[in-house]
Amino acid sequence: MLDFPRWKIWSILAIVAIGIVFAIPSLVPESILGRVVNVDKLPRINLGLDLSGGSHILLEADTADVARQRLTVMEDQVRDKMRTNSPRIAIGDISTAGGSLSFMVRDSTQLDAAVEAIRTLTAGVGVTGQRDWDVRVIDSTRVVMTPTQSGLTAAIDNAMQVATEVVRKRIDELGTREPTIIRQGNDRIVVQVPGLQNPEQLKALLGRTAKLEFKMVDQVGSSDLAALSANRAPVGSQVLPYPESPTGIKAIAVKRRAVITGDELVDATQGFDQQNNRPVVNIRFDSSGGRKFARITQENVGKPFAMVLDNSVLSAPNINEPILGGSAQISGNFTVETANELAIALRSGKLPVELKVIEERTVGPQLGADSIRAGVLASLIATVAVIVFMLVTYGRFGVYANLAVVINVLIILGVMAIFNATLTLPGIAGFVLTIGTAVDANVLINERIREEKRRNRSPMQAVELGYKEASRTIFEANTVHFISGLVMLLLGSGPVKGFAVVLLIGIFVSYFTAVFFTRMLAATYLRRRRPTELHI
Amino acid sequence: MRLLKLVPDNTNIGFVRLRNWAFGLTALLTVLAVGLVAARGLNLGVDFVGGLMIEAKFPERPSLDSVRATVDRLEVGEASLQQFGDPNTVSMRLPLPASTDEGATNAVVNKVKAALEKSNPGVTFSRYDTVSGKVSDELIRNGTLAVLIAMVAIALFSWFRYEWQFGVSTFVAIAHDLLMTLGFFALTRFEFDLNIVAAVLTIIGYSINDKIVIDDRIRENMRKYRQMDMRALIDLSVNETLPRTVMTSVTVLLALTALLIFGGHVLRGFTAAMMLGIIVGTYSSIYVSSSLLIALGLRPRVPGAADKSPRANAERVGPRPEGRP
Repeated sequence: MLDFPRWKIWSILAIVAIGIVFAIPSLVPESILGRVVNVDKLPRINLGLDLSGGSHILLEADTADVARQRLTVMEDQVRDKMRTNSPRIAIGDISTAGGSLSFMVRDSTQLDAAVEAIRTLTAGVGVTGQRDWDVRVIDSTRVVMTPTQSGLTAAIDNAMQVATEVVRKRIDELGTREPTIIRQGNDRIVVQVPGLQNPEQLKALLGRTAKLEFKMVDQVGSSDLAALSANRAPVGSQVLPYPESPTGIKAIAVKRRAVITGDELVDATQGFDQQNNRPVVNIRFDSSGGRKFARITQENVGKPFAMVLDNSVLSAPNINEPILGGSAQISGNFTVETANELAIALRSGKLPVELKVIEERTVGPQLGADSIRAGVLASLIATVAVIVFMLVTYGRFGVYANLAVVINVLIILGVMAIFNATLTLPGIAGFVLTIGTAVDANVLINERIREEKRRNRSPMQAVELGYKEASRTIFEANTVHFISGLVMLLLGSGPVKGFAVVLLIGIFVSYFTAVFFTRMLAATYLRRRRPTELHI
Repeated sequence: MRLLKLVPDNTNIGFVRLRNWAFGLTALLTVLAVGLVAARGLNLGVDFVGGLMIEAKFPERPSLDSVRATVDRLEVGEASLQQFGDPNTVSMRLPLPASTDEGATNAVVNKVKAALEKSNPGVTFSRYDTVSGKVSDELIRNGTLAVLIAMVAIALFSWFRYEWQFGVSTFVAIAHDLLMTLGFFALTRFEFDLNIVAAVLTIIGYSINDKIVIDDRIRENMRKYRQMDMRALIDLSVNETLPRTVMTSVTVLLALTALLIFGGHVLRGFTAAMMLGIIVGTYSSIYVSSSLLIALGLRPRVPGAADKSPRANAERVGPRPEGRP
């Protein structure tokens, strides 16, 4: 007990010193620290949104939308393939019912050629060699293409990767400070923006798929107002909502096929219309898009075309003259803000899948600051109360316990800073609880020493037995704490996790400070003073 | 300097003798708690039922009725209002609008904000949460799962570490603490949200900590005093650990009191739950789990069996309980 080897003393002191050094940057206010060093490079504890104020938004992708889109794309590809195949394969009765794509090959002798051609449209997924579409022939005339589960999973995964990137780009464009964008699970994205007070603009931006298409207006279909209002359009056309329609009906018929899509854009900026000074979005196509746009406007002078955003028509102007430069202007009922949002959305690319906000938490900065102040004040008062209480109860050993508890808090802060952990409000509560467990460990030891002293042990024996017996109990109690902390970390969400992080770090640190650190202090005292009686 | 001793030396309180009374009280309280939860239900926050929560801070104490009237006039669904911590802060819960696009929720928030700003100039909105039904279902599932798994894991630990009786008594004692806490929330109508789940898990952790300390001592004494009657042995163990039990509980309660008074309104429910949990946990360590060990027929191991640890021959010192063999 008394012979604490030198290396042991030094390693204990080193751990304590490292913990304290790493805790310092988080304790000193940024304003003071900034004068000495670059704050951004220091390991510091991040404040959770509930403390710093800001917005937490959980987005969920509409995975059914991914499946639908795949089906549509595949339908287009199949049509193309059959048309361009030599010899051309005539197909008909195309159906996408029930999530599968099926069509009839008119000439049954071409069936094998059709299947062969279609196989080239599918691709292998993963290591199992499974393909992303399952191709079968039924009734010896119909080809059925069913998406496989692994194909769909891969498609969703791919869409989510792109979506996360698009979300990141859009938020960066807003110029907010240190946003966190993390993909969560299969189909979710967590967005955390500290300090954001008005998340509406952000949400409007995130929820926007920004699928921009240029389609020709079906003039015949659009003039048949009765059919329009009944949502009926001629073959090859569709009825889309058109909020700014000059006619009474807020809908318009357009050709299904898009002549140009937003994929061919290279830039989008907010600007003003030179004639009426209303906000517009200026766009520029890449070279192939520009050529296409030029050709289409040349071929269709005098006819209207529709600018379609997320399946809603923004405007349907007439083509007065061919537009050759590869630039165009999107007009609609914009304000400067909405035009700017659209420009950002177009610039950052379209979202491959629709995202819905399923959870949102916004904390005003005032409440956050209040909570920090209250939390810090409460912790200080709690600490002082505990320190005084321990002191009057255990005397010298109370001082050791108090030192242990204070160092305990500092090391926890240091460890959190090293891991760049986030401190939330429940985390502060976890802190207070950690103070409690650290105190309990010391109480266990000191009470055991008292007990051994009552059994007429010498001071040395009493301290030694006290630590030995109590350490076992402390170890078991901490193991149990560890179990419940681990369950919280693995299963809990949000605040529960924040609490568990502090608790888990605290368990290790409090075991270390109570069992090793105070034991070293007690051993040093006994060796130096050789007291004949313990005052405890 | 004379040092403070909360519990005098060598107490010999007959805890075990009182166990039948305690059992009656425990049963009564448990039935009451279950009845309260069943009859009144918990005041579940938006985390668990889904919906919209807006927290508004008024410049002076508002009349809840007038705030309710203002919000009801907007026809955004039935509002449930609650004074929250300090008297000037009101939290409003609203159902989510039926339409699922983001615009609809924003519209509700803005409508409520505008109406309240008009009727109570100077009001500020410190927080708002929107949780869809899907997320809230997941949160409730994860929360319940976390609590159950923590309980089972801890009981398993006690079983493997000691004897099966310790596992069972620990599990029953945690269940008791959990029911008491839920009963407390049903009684006070404090909002039960995600933070409270963290509190419940901590109560479990703390209460277990307490039980481990006593169980560990019982096991130690079982080795020391092989011939002692189980009742006397448990009494001795509880008495021996009593100074620590009281000391720790008082210290933690001291810290929590600071948190309750100065910790701000967001943590109030959490802290209240913790304080209750500590009192209930301490009680159940002594009366529920230790007494249950007797009922479950725990007996000291047969001398000479497997136990070959050095302490098996440990020196037997200590106060001998009076009047017992």
